[in-house]
Amino acid sequence: MNKLLPLLTLCLALATSSFAPRPAADGYRVGDKATDFKLKNVDGQLVSLAGNKAAKGYIVVFTCNTCPFAQAYEARIIALDKKYAPLGYPVVAINPNDAADPDESYAAMQALAKSHAYSFPYLQDETQRVARAFGATRTPHLFVLKRQGPAFVVSYVGAIDDNAEDANLVKTNYLENAMADITAGKPAATNTTQAVGCSIRWKKS
Amino acid sequence: MAVVKFPELQQRLARPTDTTYIVNFWATWCAPCVQELPAFEQVRAANVGKKVKVLLVSLDYASQLDKKVKPFLKQRGLQSETVLLNETDPNTWLNQVDGKWSGALPFTLIVNNHTRQRATFEHELSVAELATALQKFPN
Repeated sequence: MNKLLPLLTLCLALATSSFAPRPAADGYRVGDKATDFKLKNVDGQLVSLAGNKAAKGYIVVFTCNTCPFAQAYEARIIALDKKYAPLGYPVVAINPNDAADPDESYAAMQALAKSHAYSFPYLQDETQRVARAFGATRTPHLFVLKRQGPAFVVSYVGAIDDNAEDANLVKTNYLENAMADITAGKPAATNTTQAVGCSIRWKKS
Repeated sequence: MAVVKFPELQQRLARPTDTTYIVNFWATWCAPCVQELPAFEQVRAANVGKKVKVLLVSLDYASQLDKKVKPFLKQRGLQSETVLLNETDPNTWLNQVDGKWSGALPFTLIVNNHTRQRATFEHELSVAELATALQKFPN
């Protein structure tokens, strides 16, 4: 018992520490293998992770048409694709929101992708199964996947940076820091970060 | 309406009081949050004189305080205590509110520091859900 006590105390301390890794909704954590999916892009084509043979990985971002935080990050997401697609990590944007809202419909997604000249796929997660598998809870919610053989391993989960309101006031570029490590073949020093966003609009069962 | 930094809010939430606090994190731009605000108002009104308080914590940008948040509160006639949390980086505070919160809004924490009870909800609540959750707490 005496030997166990320090361990037990440590476990308790970890469990109650406010800095303990967050046991978020069930979903992917760093190190998990992502299950591939096939979702319809705004151009009508089905997109899967395995489909792009050249990709070393992906920056998967659950985002949407209407959330003000998603809108605040839209230009930054477009910039991410411009920067990281040439490095082998293109953006794949997925809209998980219930498309019963006309502003989140497939047609509205097409219109947005066109008017803002998305250089990356913008996929509709019609059944919301992909968002549930990933454990996405909000928009925007971001996951970096790295190809390891046939698998795509979750290498970063969380925020793009530390200031949603104003890109000019960003002090820490969490995602860019992680991508610097990941593209250099190293695990991200900070692989899980926090962000605030709009709850995904789940379908009323 | 007070504008607070996180340490101030944290102190407030940690106060050793026997009052049960219903703390709702919301924003004017969050549609489901706005929809559920009347539920918090109803629960507040139903518990006047009891040791139950509602605290609405707005995550609107501080820059929107006068333009958007204050007019919103006035227009809706919200009487619950409201503060605006003026923090830009959730990594400095989100986990300290509750380790189970993934960052989606709305988020509600019911806490009684005297009985050390906590309940958290990372989704919209109805008056009925809120009342049921509250039954487990002293009042």
